[in-house]
Amino acid sequence: MLATMISGRTLAQGAECEDKMNPDFFKAVALCHLSEKDFQSLGLSEGENVLLRNEHGQVALRAKADSGLPENMVFLPMGPWANILVGKDTGGCGTPHFKGVQVEVTATDMPVLDIRELFLNMGV
Amino acid sequence: MSEAKIIKDAICSFCGCLCDDINVEVDEGRVQRVRHACRLGSSKILGHGRIEHPMVRKDGRLVEASFQEAYDRSAQILLRANKPLLYGWASTSCEAAKKGILLAEEVGAVIDSTATVCHGPSVIGIEEKGLPGATLGQVKNRADTIVFWGCNPVEAHPRHSLRYSSNSVGRFTPQGREGRKIVVVDVRETRTARNADKFIRVNPGGDYEVISALRMLVKGKGDLLPQEVGGVLKADLAELADMLKAARFGALFFGLGITHSRGRYKNIDNALSLVAELNQHSKFVILPMRGHYNVGGIGQTLAWSSGYPMSVDLTRGKPYFNPGETSACDLLARRDVDAALIIAADAASNFPRSTVEALADIPVIQIDPYENPTTLLSDVVIPCAIAGVEVEGTAYRMDGLSLRLRKLVDSCLPSDEEILMGILGSVHRQRQMMANQGV
Repeated sequence: MLATMISGRTLAQGAECEDKMNPDFFKAVALCHLSEKDFQSLGLSEGENVLLRNEHGQVALRAKADSGLPENMVFLPMGPWANILVGKDTGGCGTPHFKGVQVEVTATDMPVLDIRELFLNMGV
Repeated sequence: MSEAKIIKDAICSFCGCLCDDINVEVDEGRVQRVRHACRLGSSKILGHGRIEHPMVRKDGRLVEASFQEAYDRSAQILLRANKPLLYGWASTSCEAAKKGILLAEEVGAVIDSTATVCHGPSVIGIEEKGLPGATLGQVKNRADTIVFWGCNPVEAHPRHSLRYSSNSVGRFTPQGREGRKIVVVDVRETRTARNADKFIRVNPGGDYEVISALRMLVKGKGDLLPQEVGGVLKADLAELADMLKAARFGALFFGLGITHSRGRYKNIDNALSLVAELNQHSKFVILPMRGHYNVGGIGQTLAWSSGYPMSVDLTRGKPYFNPGETSACDLLARRDVDAALIIAADAASNFPRSTVEALADIPVIQIDPYENPTTLLSDVVIPCAIAGVEVEGTAYRMDGLSLRLRKLVDSCLPSDEEILMGILGSVHRQRQMMANQGV
Protein backbone atom coordinates (compact mmCIF):
# COMPACT_ATOMS: atom_id res chain seq x y z
CA MET A 1 0.00 0.00 0.00
CA LEU A 2 1.28 3.49 -0.82
CA ALA A 3 0.66 6.03 1.91
CA THR A 4 1.52 9.52 3.10
CA MET A 5 3.48 9.47 6.35
CA ILE A 6 3.22 12.23 8.93
CA SER A 7 5.10 12.29 12.23
CA GLY A 8 4.38 14.26 15.37
CA ARG A 9 4.02 14.40 19.12
CA THR A 10 1.76 12.08 21.10
CA LEU A 11 1.06 12.31 24.82
CA ALA A 12 2.91 9.04 25.51
CA GLN A 13 5.87 10.09 23.33
CA GLY A 14 6.11 13.43 25.13
CA ALA A 15 5.93 11.84 28.57
CA GLU A 16 8.84 9.51 27.72
CA CYS A 17 10.89 11.75 25.44
CA GLU A 18 13.50 12.66 28.06
CA ASP A 19 13.93 9.02 29.06
CA LYS A 20 14.60 7.55 25.65
CA MET A 21 16.71 4.57 26.69
CA ASN A 22 13.82 3.28 28.82
CA PRO A 23 11.69 0.50 27.25
CA ASP A 24 8.60 2.68 27.82
CA PHE A 25 9.88 5.10 25.16
CA PHE A 26 10.16 2.21 22.72
CA LYS A 27 6.57 1.16 23.50
CA ALA A 28 5.32 4.73 23.04
CA VAL A 29 7.21 5.60 19.86
CA ALA A 30 8.09 2.54 17.75
CA LEU A 31 4.55 2.54 16.36
CA CYS A 32 2.77 3.04 13.07
CA HIS A 33 -0.83 4.28 13.29
CA LEU A 34 -3.00 3.25 10.33
CA SER A 35 -6.63 3.89 9.49
CA GLU A 36 -8.95 1.07 10.55
CA LYS A 37 -9.64 0.22 6.91
CA ASP A 38 -5.94 0.05 5.97
CA PHE A 39 -5.25 -1.99 9.11
CA GLN A 40 -7.81 -4.54 7.94
CA SER A 41 -6.86 -4.52 4.27
CA LEU A 42 -3.24 -5.31 5.18
CA GLY A 43 -4.58 -8.29 7.17
CA LEU A 44 -3.09 -7.02 10.43
CA SER A 45 -4.04 -7.94 13.97
CA GLU A 46 -3.07 -6.30 17.25
CA GLY A 47 0.66 -6.63 17.98
CA GLU A 48 1.71 -7.35 14.38
CA ASN A 49 4.30 -5.31 12.50
CA VAL A 50 4.42 -3.30 9.32
CA LEU A 51 7.42 -2.40 7.17
CA LEU A 52 7.61 1.18 5.91
CA ARG A 53 9.93 1.85 3.01
CA ASN A 54 10.94 4.73 0.76
CA GLU A 55 14.03 6.10 -0.98
CA HIS A 56 15.50 7.23 2.36
CA GLY A 57 15.31 3.91 4.21
CA GLN A 58 13.08 1.29 5.75
CA VAL A 59 11.80 0.64 9.24
CA ALA A 60 9.66 -2.05 10.87
CA LEU A 61 7.12 -0.82 13.42
CA ARG A 62 4.28 -2.21 15.51
CA ALA A 63 0.96 -1.49 13.78
CA LYS A 64 -1.87 0.29 15.56
CA ALA A 65 -5.35 1.05 14.23
CA ASP A 66 -6.37 4.72 14.60
CA SER A 67 -9.93 5.83 13.87
CA GLY A 68 -8.80 9.43 13.33
CA LEU A 69 -6.77 8.68 10.21
CA PRO A 70 -8.08 8.68 6.65
CA GLU A 71 -7.14 5.86 4.29
CA ASN A 72 -3.62 5.87 2.82
CA MET A 73 -2.23 8.01 5.60
CA VAL A 74 0.01 6.70 8.40
CA PHE A 75 1.00 8.58 11.55
CA LEU A 76 4.27 7.88 13.39
CA PRO A 77 5.15 9.35 16.80
CA MET A 78 8.13 11.67 16.22
CA GLY A 79 11.53 10.16 16.94
CA PRO A 80 14.39 8.11 15.54
CA TRP A 81 12.19 5.43 13.95
CA ALA A 82 10.12 7.92 11.94
CA ASN A 83 13.23 9.89 10.95
CA ILE A 84 14.66 6.91 9.04
CA LEU A 85 12.05 7.77 6.40
CA VAL A 86 12.77 11.52 6.33
CA GLY A 87 15.09 12.96 3.69
CA LYS A 88 17.78 15.55 4.27
CA ASP A 89 16.37 18.15 1.87
CA THR A 90 15.14 21.27 3.67
CA GLY A 91 13.86 23.22 0.70
CA GLY A 92 16.26 26.03 1.53
CA CYS A 93 14.65 26.86 4.88
CA GLY A 94 16.51 24.55 7.26
CA THR A 95 13.59 22.29 8.17
CA PRO A 96 13.31 18.79 6.68
CA HIS A 97 10.00 17.34 5.46
CA PHE A 98 8.86 15.50 8.60
CA LYS A 99 5.31 15.32 7.26
CA GLY A 100 3.84 14.44 3.90
CA VAL A 101 6.45 11.76 3.18
CA GLN A 102 5.51 9.09 0.63
CA VAL A 103 6.05 5.53 1.89
CA GLU A 104 5.20 1.98 0.90
CA VAL A 105 3.58 -0.02 3.71
CA THR A 106 3.44 -3.81 3.91
CA ALA A 107 2.74 -6.34 6.65
CA THR A 108 5.98 -7.93 7.87
CA ASP A 109 7.45 -10.52 10.23
CA MET A 110 10.58 -8.39 10.66
CA PRO A 111 11.22 -7.43 14.27
CA VAL A 112 11.14 -3.80 15.43
CA LEU A 113 14.67 -2.66 16.28
CA ASP A 114 15.11 -1.23 19.77
CA ILE A 115 16.76 2.12 20.29
CA ARG A 116 20.32 0.82 20.75
CA GLU A 117 20.00 -1.44 17.70
CA LEU A 118 18.93 1.59 15.63
CA PHE A 119 22.28 3.27 16.30
CA LEU A 120 24.46 0.15 16.35
CA ASN A 121 27.72 0.51 14.43
CA MET A 122 26.98 4.13 13.61
CA GLY A 123 30.06 6.34 13.62
CA VAL A 124 32.17 5.52 16.65
CA MET B 1 12.62 12.86 59.62
CA SER B 2 12.47 16.05 57.59
CA GLU B 3 9.15 17.68 56.90
CA ALA B 4 7.88 17.83 53.32
CA LYS B 5 8.02 21.29 51.79
CA ILE B 6 5.34 22.47 49.34
CA ILE B 7 6.59 24.84 46.66
CA LYS B 8 3.62 26.74 45.29
CA ASP B 9 3.20 28.27 41.83
CA ALA B 10 6.36 26.76 40.39
CA ILE B 11 6.84 26.99 36.63
CA CYS B 12 6.76 23.82 34.58
CA SER B 13 9.73 23.61 32.22
CA PHE B 14 8.45 21.16 29.64
CA CYS B 15 6.53 22.89 26.86
CA GLY B 16 6.01 26.43 25.59
CA CYS B 17 2.96 26.91 27.87
CA LEU B 18 5.28 27.42 30.90
CA CYS B 19 2.36 26.75 33.26
CA ASP B 20 3.05 28.79 36.40
CA ASP B 21 0.61 27.21 38.84
CA ILE B 22 2.43 23.98 39.65
CA ASN B 23 2.63 22.82 43.27
CA VAL B 24 5.59 20.60 44.04
CA GLU B 25 6.08 18.57 47.22
CA VAL B 26 9.75 18.20 48.12
CA ASP B 27 11.00 15.88 50.85
CA GLU B 28 14.56 14.85 51.68
CA GLY B 29 15.84 16.78 48.71
CA ARG B 30 13.66 14.98 46.19
CA VAL B 31 10.47 15.85 44.36
CA GLN B 32 7.82 13.54 45.81
CA ARG B 33 4.60 14.82 44.23
CA VAL B 34 3.59 17.22 41.51
CA ARG B 35 0.14 18.79 41.43
CA HIS B 36 -1.63 20.62 38.60
CA ALA B 37 0.95 19.62 35.96
CA CYS B 38 -0.04 17.54 32.92
CA ARG B 39 1.45 14.13 32.18
CA LEU B 40 4.32 15.71 30.24
CA GLY B 41 5.24 18.18 32.97
CA SER B 42 4.84 15.69 35.83
CA SER B 43 7.11 13.23 34.08
CA LYS B 44 9.82 15.88 33.73
CA ILE B 45 9.58 17.36 37.23
CA LEU B 46 9.38 13.98 38.99
CA GLY B 47 12.55 12.97 37.17
CA HIS B 48 14.05 9.66 36.09
CA GLY B 49 17.40 8.03 35.28
CA ARG B 50 20.31 10.45 34.90
CA ILE B 51 23.83 10.46 33.54
CA GLU B 52 25.78 10.39 36.82
CA HIS B 53 29.30 11.42 35.82
CA PRO B 54 31.18 12.92 32.87
CA MET B 55 32.52 10.52 30.26
CA VAL B 56 35.08 10.72 27.47
CA ARG B 57 35.57 8.21 24.72
CA LYS B 58 38.79 6.19 24.94
CA ASP B 59 39.55 3.30 22.60
CA GLY B 60 36.01 3.41 21.29
CA ARG B 61 34.32 3.29 24.70
CA LEU B 62 32.87 6.00 26.90
CA VAL B 63 34.75 5.90 30.23
CA GLU B 64 34.27 7.92 33.41
CA ALA B 65 36.23 11.17 33.59
CA SER B 66 36.47 14.25 35.80
CA PHE B 67 34.58 17.41 34.86
CA GLN B 68 37.91 19.18 34.16
CA GLU B 69 39.01 16.36 31.88
CA ALA B 70 35.70 16.62 30.01
CA TYR B 71 36.02 20.42 29.71
CA ASP B 72 39.60 20.11 28.42
CA ARG B 73 38.68 17.46 25.85
CA SER B 74 35.67 19.55 24.72
CA ALA B 75 37.86 22.65 24.33
CA GLN B 76 40.40 20.63 22.37
CA ILE B 77 37.69 19.36 19.99
CA LEU B 78 36.28 22.86 19.45
CA LEU B 79 39.72 24.45 18.93
CA ARG B 80 40.82 21.80 16.46
CA ALA B 81 37.65 22.13 14.38
CA ASN B 82 37.47 24.49 11.44
CA LYS B 83 33.71 24.90 11.71
CA PRO B 84 32.02 23.53 14.83
CA LEU B 85 28.25 23.47 15.31
CA LEU B 86 26.75 24.37 18.70
CA TYR B 87 23.20 23.00 18.58
CA GLY B 88 20.18 22.66 20.87
CA TRP B 89 19.42 25.25 23.59
CA ALA B 90 15.63 24.80 23.69
CA SER B 91 15.51 23.10 27.09
CA THR B 92 17.83 25.33 29.03
CA SER B 93 17.82 28.90 30.30
CA CYS B 94 18.57 32.12 28.44
CA GLU B 95 21.54 32.59 30.80
CA ALA B 96 23.04 29.35 29.46
CA ALA B 97 22.24 30.46 25.89
CA LYS B 98 24.22 33.69 26.48
CA LYS B 99 27.27 31.66 27.49
CA GLY B 100 26.79 29.44 24.44
CA ILE B 101 26.80 32.46 22.13
CA LEU B 102 29.99 33.66 23.82
CA LEU B 103 31.59 30.23 23.27
CA ALA B 104 30.45 30.25 19.62
CA GLU B 105 32.09 33.64 19.13
CA GLU B 106 35.29 32.53 20.86
CA VAL B 107 35.80 29.35 18.82
CA GLY B 108 34.19 30.57 15.59
CA ALA B 109 31.14 28.28 15.42
CA VAL B 110 27.68 28.10 13.93
CA ILE B 111 25.02 28.23 16.63
CA ASP B 112 21.57 26.83 15.93
CA SER B 113 18.56 25.86 17.99
CA THR B 114 15.92 23.14 17.79
CA ALA B 115 13.64 25.72 16.14
CA THR B 116 15.46 24.74 12.98
CA VAL B 117 13.58 21.38 12.94
CA CYS B 118 10.42 22.79 14.49
CA HIS B 119 9.06 26.33 14.10
CA GLY B 120 12.03 27.53 12.00
CA PRO B 121 9.72 28.14 9.02
CA SER B 122 7.47 30.18 11.35
CA VAL B 123 10.45 32.33 12.35
CA ILE B 124 11.20 32.96 8.66
CA GLY B 125 7.54 33.66 7.81
CA ILE B 126 7.24 36.06 10.74
CA GLU B 127 10.40 37.88 9.61
CA GLU B 128 8.74 38.43 6.24
CA LYS B 129 5.30 39.53 7.44
CA GLY B 130 5.42 40.38 11.15
CA LEU B 131 3.31 38.73 13.82
CA PRO B 132 -0.09 40.18 14.76
CA GLY B 133 0.17 38.46 18.14
CA ALA B 134 -1.12 38.76 21.68
CA THR B 135 -0.33 37.36 25.09
CA LEU B 136 -2.02 34.14 26.10
CA GLY B 137 -3.72 36.18 28.84
CA GLN B 138 -5.43 38.31 26.20
CA VAL B 139 -6.64 35.17 24.43
CA LYS B 140 -7.96 33.75 27.70
CA ASN B 141 -9.76 36.94 28.64
CA ARG B 142 -11.13 37.95 25.26
CA ALA B 143 -11.14 35.27 22.54
CA ASP B 144 -14.55 33.99 21.44
CA THR B 145 -13.29 32.20 18.31
CA ILE B 146 -10.20 30.00 18.35
CA VAL B 147 -8.67 28.10 15.43
CA PHE B 148 -6.09 25.35 15.92
CA TRP B 149 -4.39 24.80 12.57
CA GLY B 150 -1.99 21.86 12.21
CA CYS B 151 -1.56 21.51 15.95
CA ASN B 152 -2.85 19.08 18.56
CA PRO B 153 -2.63 20.73 21.99
CA VAL B 154 -4.52 17.91 23.70
CA GLU B 155 -1.36 15.84 23.26
CA ALA B 156 1.42 18.39 22.76
CA HIS B 157 0.34 21.21 25.12
CA PRO B 158 -2.19 19.46 27.35
CA ARG B 159 -3.07 22.40 29.64
CA HIS B 160 -3.22 25.02 26.90
CA SER B 161 -6.98 24.72 26.48
CA LEU B 162 -7.73 24.93 30.21
CA ARG B 163 -5.33 27.75 31.05
CA TYR B 164 -5.27 29.91 27.94
CA SER B 165 -7.66 28.91 25.17
CA SER B 166 -10.76 26.74 24.51
CA ASN B 167 -11.84 25.97 28.07
CA SER B 168 -10.30 28.90 29.95
CA VAL B 169 -12.57 31.28 31.83
CA GLY B 170 -11.52 34.93 31.61
CA ARG B 171 -12.72 38.41 32.42
CA PHE B 172 -14.73 38.84 29.22
CA THR B 173 -15.19 35.12 28.59
CA PRO B 174 -17.11 34.01 31.70
CA GLN B 175 -18.80 31.11 29.92
CA GLY B 176 -15.49 29.45 29.05
CA ARG B 177 -15.89 26.69 26.45
CA GLU B 178 -19.64 27.29 26.13
CA GLY B 179 -19.08 30.85 24.97
CA ARG B 180 -16.49 30.01 22.34
CA LYS B 181 -16.39 28.60 18.85
CA ILE B 182 -13.49 26.18 18.36
CA VAL B 183 -12.27 25.19 14.90
CA VAL B 184 -9.60 22.59 14.11
CA VAL B 185 -7.94 22.34 10.70
CA ASP B 186 -5.79 19.25 10.25
CA VAL B 187 -5.06 16.32 7.96
CA ARG B 188 -6.29 13.85 10.58
CA GLU B 189 -8.98 13.84 13.23
CA THR B 190 -6.86 14.43 16.31
CA ARG B 191 -8.06 14.38 19.92
CA THR B 192 -8.16 18.19 19.68
CA ALA B 193 -10.41 17.90 16.61
CA ARG B 194 -12.85 15.67 18.51
CA ASN B 195 -13.48 18.49 20.98
CA ALA B 196 -14.01 21.15 18.30
CA ASP B 197 -17.24 22.71 17.04
CA LYS B 198 -15.97 22.46 13.49
CA PHE B 199 -13.32 20.15 12.06
CA ILE B 200 -11.93 20.78 8.60
CA ARG B 201 -9.83 18.03 7.10
CA VAL B 202 -7.31 19.24 4.51
CA ASN B 203 -5.26 17.09 2.17
CA PRO B 204 -1.61 16.64 3.26
CA GLY B 205 0.33 19.58 1.84
CA GLY B 206 -2.92 21.42 0.97
CA ASP B 207 -2.69 24.12 3.65
CA TYR B 208 -1.37 26.89 1.40
CA GLU B 209 -4.25 26.48 -1.06
CA VAL B 210 -6.83 26.36 1.72
CA ILE B 211 -5.44 29.50 3.40
CA SER B 212 -5.46 31.26 0.01
CA ALA B 213 -9.07 30.22 -0.56
CA LEU B 214 -10.03 31.60 2.86
CA ARG B 215 -8.31 34.89 2.01
CA MET B 216 -10.36 35.11 -1.19
CA LEU B 217 -13.58 34.42 0.72
CA VAL B 218 -12.70 37.01 3.38
CA LYS B 219 -12.11 39.53 0.57
CA GLY B 220 -15.46 38.69 -1.05
CA LYS B 221 -13.98 36.93 -4.07
CA GLY B 222 -15.34 33.48 -3.32
CA ASP B 223 -17.14 33.32 -6.69
CA LEU B 224 -13.75 32.68 -8.32
CA LEU B 225 -13.10 29.54 -6.26
CA PRO B 226 -13.60 25.96 -7.49
CA GLN B 227 -16.01 23.70 -5.59
CA GLU B 228 -13.16 22.05 -3.68
CA VAL B 229 -9.79 23.36 -2.52
CA GLY B 230 -7.09 21.23 -0.85
CA GLY B 231 -9.65 18.52 -0.11
CA VAL B 232 -12.13 20.94 1.50
CA LEU B 233 -15.55 21.78 0.05
CA LYS B 234 -16.07 25.44 -0.84
CA ALA B 235 -19.26 25.48 1.25
CA ASP B 236 -17.26 24.47 4.36
CA LEU B 237 -14.66 27.14 3.65
CA ALA B 238 -17.34 29.78 3.17
CA GLU B 239 -18.91 28.83 6.50
CA LEU B 240 -15.49 29.07 8.17
CA ALA B 241 -14.70 32.44 6.58
CA ASP B 242 -18.02 33.83 7.88
CA MET B 243 -17.27 32.43 11.33
CA LEU B 244 -13.83 34.07 11.40
CA LYS B 245 -15.15 37.44 10.17
CA ALA B 246 -17.87 37.39 12.80
CA ALA B 247 -15.43 36.86 15.68
CA ARG B 248 -15.37 39.51 18.39
CA PHE B 249 -11.79 38.48 19.18
CA GLY B 250 -10.29 35.59 17.23
CA ALA B 251 -7.07 33.66 17.78
CA LEU B 252 -5.34 31.33 15.35
CA PHE B 253 -2.83 28.91 16.87
CA PHE B 254 -0.67 27.01 14.42
CA GLY B 255 1.70 24.09 14.78
CA LEU B 256 4.11 21.84 12.98
CA GLY B 257 1.31 20.54 10.77
CA ILE B 258 2.00 23.51 8.54
CA THR B 259 5.72 24.17 9.19
CA HIS B 260 6.73 20.56 8.44
CA SER B 261 4.56 20.19 5.33
CA ARG B 262 4.81 21.29 1.72
CA GLY B 263 4.99 25.08 1.57
CA ARG B 264 6.74 25.38 4.96
CA TYR B 265 7.46 29.07 5.65
CA LYS B 266 5.19 30.18 2.82
CA ASN B 267 2.29 28.51 4.67
CA ILE B 268 3.08 30.71 7.68
CA ASP B 269 3.50 33.79 5.49
CA ASN B 270 0.05 33.11 4.00
CA ALA B 271 -1.56 32.49 7.41
CA LEU B 272 -0.12 35.78 8.68
CA SER B 273 -1.67 37.55 5.68
CA LEU B 274 -5.02 35.89 6.36
CA VAL B 275 -4.96 37.16 9.94
CA ALA B 276 -3.89 40.65 8.85
CA GLU B 277 -6.88 40.71 6.45
CA LEU B 278 -9.29 39.38 9.09
CA ASN B 279 -8.40 42.43 11.14
CA GLN B 280 -10.36 44.52 8.64
CA HIS B 281 -13.49 42.74 9.90
CA SER B 282 -12.70 41.82 13.51
CA LYS B 283 -9.86 41.67 16.00
CA PHE B 284 -7.72 38.62 15.19
CA VAL B 285 -4.34 37.39 16.47
CA ILE B 286 -2.04 34.52 15.52
CA LEU B 287 0.49 32.59 17.61
CA PRO B 288 2.81 29.64 17.02
CA MET B 289 2.45 26.70 19.41
CA ARG B 290 6.10 26.50 20.48
CA GLY B 291 7.18 23.05 21.66
CA HIS B 292 10.19 23.03 23.99
CA TYR B 293 9.78 25.34 26.93
CA ASN B 294 12.52 27.81 26.02
CA VAL B 295 12.85 27.46 22.27
CA GLY B 296 11.45 31.00 22.22
CA GLY B 297 14.17 32.11 24.65
CA ILE B 298 17.15 30.97 22.58
CA GLY B 299 15.56 32.81 19.64
CA GLN B 300 15.24 35.98 21.70
CA THR B 301 18.76 35.69 23.16
CA LEU B 302 20.33 35.05 19.76
CA ALA B 303 18.34 37.89 18.22
CA TRP B 304 19.41 40.51 20.77
CA SER B 305 23.04 39.25 20.69
CA SER B 306 23.60 38.72 16.97
CA GLY B 307 20.59 40.20 15.19
CA TYR B 308 19.31 36.78 14.04
CA PRO B 309 17.00 34.31 15.82
CA MET B 310 18.54 30.95 14.81
CA SER B 311 21.10 29.32 12.46
CA VAL B 312 23.72 32.01 13.13
CA ASP B 313 27.13 31.48 11.56
CA LEU B 314 29.81 33.14 13.71
CA THR B 315 32.77 31.62 11.87
CA ARG B 316 33.34 34.76 9.78
CA GLY B 317 33.97 37.24 12.57
CA LYS B 318 30.50 38.72 12.17
CA PRO B 319 27.06 37.11 12.34
CA TYR B 320 25.74 35.59 9.11
CA PHE B 321 22.27 34.05 8.76
CA ASN B 322 20.95 32.08 5.83
CA PRO B 323 18.56 29.23 6.67
CA GLY B 324 19.09 26.38 4.24
CA GLU B 325 22.81 27.10 4.35
CA THR B 326 23.62 27.85 8.00
CA SER B 327 20.97 25.59 9.57
CA ALA B 328 22.05 22.46 11.44
CA CYS B 329 20.48 19.82 9.15
CA ASP B 330 21.84 21.46 5.99
CA LEU B 331 25.33 21.81 7.48
CA LEU B 332 25.35 18.12 8.39
CA ALA B 333 23.78 17.06 5.08
CA ARG B 334 26.60 18.88 3.24
CA ARG B 335 29.13 17.61 5.81
CA ASP B 336 30.11 21.23 6.25
CA VAL B 337 30.83 21.05 10.00
CA ASP B 338 33.65 19.08 11.59
CA ALA B 339 32.61 18.98 15.27
CA ALA B 340 29.40 19.45 17.23
CA LEU B 341 28.36 20.41 20.73
CA ILE B 342 24.80 19.27 21.41
CA ILE B 343 23.19 20.81 24.49
CA ALA B 344 19.65 20.46 25.86
CA ALA B 345 18.50 18.61 22.74
CA ASP B 346 18.76 15.16 21.18
CA ALA B 347 19.84 15.65 17.59
CA ALA B 348 20.41 11.93 16.98
CA SER B 349 16.71 11.22 17.61
CA ASN B 350 15.21 14.27 15.96
CA PHE B 351 17.23 14.74 12.77
CA PRO B 352 16.75 12.80 9.53
CA ARG B 353 18.78 9.61 9.48
CA SER B 354 21.31 10.70 6.85
CA THR B 355 22.21 13.82 8.81
CA VAL B 356 22.60 11.71 11.98
CA GLU B 357 25.07 9.55 10.07
CA ALA B 358 27.06 12.70 9.32
CA LEU B 359 26.92 13.65 13.01
CA ALA B 360 28.26 10.22 13.94
CA ASP B 361 31.32 10.80 11.76
CA ILE B 362 32.50 13.93 13.60
CA PRO B 363 33.57 14.53 17.22
CA VAL B 364 30.48 15.24 19.36
CA ILE B 365 30.27 16.82 22.80
CA GLN B 366 26.98 16.28 24.65
CA ILE B 367 25.71 18.34 27.60
CA ASP B 368 22.50 16.80 28.92
CA PRO B 369 20.98 15.43 32.12
CA TYR B 370 19.86 12.22 30.40
CA GLU B 371 21.29 9.44 28.28
CA ASN B 372 19.73 9.39 24.81
CA PRO B 373 20.79 8.36 21.29
CA THR B 374 23.08 11.42 21.01
CA THR B 375 25.04 9.95 23.95
CA LEU B 376 25.75 6.85 21.86
CA LEU B 377 27.44 9.00 19.19
CA SER B 378 29.31 11.32 21.58
CA ASP B 379 33.01 11.57 22.37
CA VAL B 380 32.48 13.68 25.48
CA VAL B 381 29.38 13.47 27.69
CA ILE B 382 28.86 16.04 30.43
CA PRO B 383 25.89 15.63 32.78
CA CYS B 384 24.20 18.79 34.01
CA ALA B 385 21.65 19.94 36.56
CA ILE B 386 18.15 20.33 35.07
CA ALA B 387 17.27 23.94 34.27
CA GLY B 388 13.85 24.81 35.70
CA VAL B 389 13.98 22.00 38.28
CA GLU B 390 17.46 22.18 39.82
CA VAL B 391 18.62 25.53 38.45
CA GLU B 392 16.80 28.85 38.20
CA GLY B 393 16.86 30.95 35.06
CA THR B 394 14.88 32.85 32.46
CA ALA B 395 12.59 31.30 29.85
CA TYR B 396 10.21 32.69 27.23
CA ARG B 397 6.65 31.41 26.96
CA MET B 398 5.24 30.70 23.48
CA ASP B 399 3.70 34.19 23.37
CA GLY B 400 7.04 35.89 24.07
CA LEU B 401 6.45 36.57 27.77
CA SER B 402 9.64 36.05 29.83
CA LEU B 403 9.27 34.20 33.12
CA ARG B 404 11.69 33.29 35.87
CA LEU B 405 12.12 29.54 36.37
CA ARG B 406 12.59 28.51 39.98
CA LYS B 407 14.95 26.04 41.54
CA LEU B 408 12.90 23.29 43.19
CA VAL B 409 15.60 20.93 44.49
CA ASP B 410 19.40 20.93 44.82
CA SER B 411 21.73 19.07 42.50
CA CYS B 412 25.34 18.03 42.91
CA LEU B 413 25.83 18.53 39.15
CA PRO B 414 26.88 21.84 37.57
CA SER B 415 24.41 23.92 35.56
CA ASP B 416 24.62 24.24 31.77
CA GLU B 417 25.94 27.75 32.34
CA GLU B 418 28.74 26.53 34.65
CA ILE B 419 29.69 23.76 32.21
CA LEU B 420 29.90 26.20 29.29
CA MET B 421 32.06 28.53 31.40
CA GLY B 422 34.27 25.53 32.27
CA ILE B 423 34.75 24.76 28.57
CA LEU B 424 35.31 28.44 27.78
CA GLY B 425 37.97 28.65 30.54
CA SER B 426 39.73 25.65 29.05
CA VAL B 427 39.53 27.20 25.56
CA HIS B 428 41.28 30.32 26.90
CA ARG B 429 43.98 28.29 28.69
CA GLN B 430 44.68 26.01 25.73
CA ARG B 431 44.78 28.97 23.36
CA GLN B 432 47.26 30.71 25.68
CA MET B 433 49.41 27.56 25.83
CA MET B 434 49.37 27.31 22.04
CA ALA B 435 50.37 30.98 21.82
CA ASN B 436 53.20 30.42 24.31
CA GLN B 437 54.44 27.48 22.26
CA GLY B 438 54.20 29.54 19.10
CA VAL B 439 51.63 27.18 17.53
